[in-house]
Amino acid sequence: MAEADEASKPLFAGLSDVSISEDIPVEGEITVPVGSPSHDDEYSTLDEPVKETILRDLKAVGKKFGHVMYPKKSTTLLRDWDLWGPLLLCVTLALMLQGGSADSKEDGGPQFAEVFVIIWFGSVIITLNSKLLGGTISFFQSLCVLGYCILPLTVAMIVCRLVLLGGTGTASFIVRFIVVVASFGWSTFASTAFLADSQSPNRKALVVYPVFLFYFVISWMILTFSPSHSDGATDTGP
Amino acid sequence: MAAVGDLQFQEFDDAENLLAANRDATTISIGDPNEKPTNQRRSLGNWSRNADSDKTELLAGQRKSAAFWTFEYYQAFFDVDTYQVLDRIKGSVLPLPGKNFVRLYIRSNPDLYGPLWICTTLVFAIAISGNISNFLVHLGQPQYHYMPEFRKVTIAATAIYSYAWLVPLALWGFLMWRNSKVMNIVSYSFLEIVCVYGYSLFIYIPAAILWIIPIEWVRWITILVAMCLSGSVLVITFWPAVRDDHRRIAIATISAVLILHALLAVGCKAYFFDAPQIEVPGLSGSIASGNRTVTAVKTH
Repeated sequence: MAEADEASKPLFAGLSDVSISEDIPVEGEITVPVGSPSHDDEYSTLDEPVKETILRDLKAVGKKFGHVMYPKKSTTLLRDWDLWGPLLLCVTLALMLQGGSADSKEDGGPQFAEVFVIIWFGSVIITLNSKLLGGTISFFQSLCVLGYCILPLTVAMIVCRLVLLGGTGTASFIVRFIVVVASFGWSTFASTAFLADSQSPNRKALVVYPVFLFYFVISWMILTFSPSHSDGATDTGP
Repeated sequence: MAAVGDLQFQEFDDAENLLAANRDATTISIGDPNEKPTNQRRSLGNWSRNADSDKTELLAGQRKSAAFWTFEYYQAFFDVDTYQVLDRIKGSVLPLPGKNFVRLYIRSNPDLYGPLWICTTLVFAIAISGNISNFLVHLGQPQYHYMPEFRKVTIAATAIYSYAWLVPLALWGFLMWRNSKVMNIVSYSFLEIVCVYGYSLFIYIPAAILWIIPIEWVRWITILVAMCLSGSVLVITFWPAVRDDHRRIAIATISAVLILHALLAVGCKAYFFDAPQIEVPGLSGSIASGNRTVTAVKTH
């Protein structure tokens, strides 16, 4: 390629001396064959296969999961908020937590609707509290952060379920306790890393405490989950 | 800028008026506005944050000018900082004779943050401690199957929230009615009474945690200590409001306040915390829980 350029240079060297005479009409159409890109993209997102659409949203959700698992002060969660992730996590957690005890219908564990309502209603109350105290974060951004930071607790629930498959003795309780406490600390730390900057320093503790209470209640529900038994229960612990 | 001294003095007046119009600033009563206006102008910003400066409350009537359906109206009830909330909690637990909780700590800035989150924490503290305590009490019994008892959270929430809202409403209505008959020096707004009641419930949170210990006399002593502390704060707060009334009505009001406060504590303890069974657990406990499981199976 370089040799061809060097060979063509003496050929085209005289082009700079060429001038176009004025009586040669210069006319024609200059059309750009490529249309406006956004126009094509709109049609293409409608025309693209469903798998691509779903995968794009899933990738966005997955990226935010990564941000929660390794919390550092970044604004990605806040900028591109979405509520798909919180919905996914909330439904998973509520499905796994429901029932819990088949002995009596009255005093068992929380039902699906109760867990769902607690998570969403609790998030709304905490968001309102933060805004009333003068926070600069928007309503849905705060819901997004609180919902995504339930991820460690959902992972802990899955681990607890697996541990409970092995038995319900004291050893399994200790393992579950450690897992739940660790994920509770992780959730609280992750959400305060995102939420703390939006508040004036005089009121940071006032905003962090309800978040702490919220994740504490969810951790308590996870820790006290006892699987339903079909036979008469003879275990001595939760 | 001729006559610099006069201009500065005028600016200081304007600044004071501007500050009075701004509902977020707390102003102080300045004895001599003539001396050192520039220094005081600079230090006003510092003084508005100082909780120890218990000066006049010029803005008492100028708050809450927004309509009740706007967001700003409710933002006025959350205008507290961390140290203010902590001070109010401390004041509700340590009663100082002669120091009124409302005058000393609330000072025309009643907040809803404290009552809301103290009540919520108390609901969960009672429900969770009751669950743990029941588990510990029934630990040795083979028939006992641990249940999270999630329904009790809703019951606890109903009881505590209605106490924290209806009793102040009744007390405020009663005080307003007596105020129309007898000229009282001190009258509290509804929000101030809600604030006092909310903060006075704080002592029950460590009490609920101490109730986990399944020893009966420990629980009763905890109730007594908690009642003495927060009850005395309530008495010191409401005594000035009723002491000008007839003797019997004043005493009846104060004793009603204390009895309701005690009733809440004893009721929560009785409902959420099972009494530790001192008799032989093998006989009566197993029969009782055996009956329960049999009836539960039958209803299925």
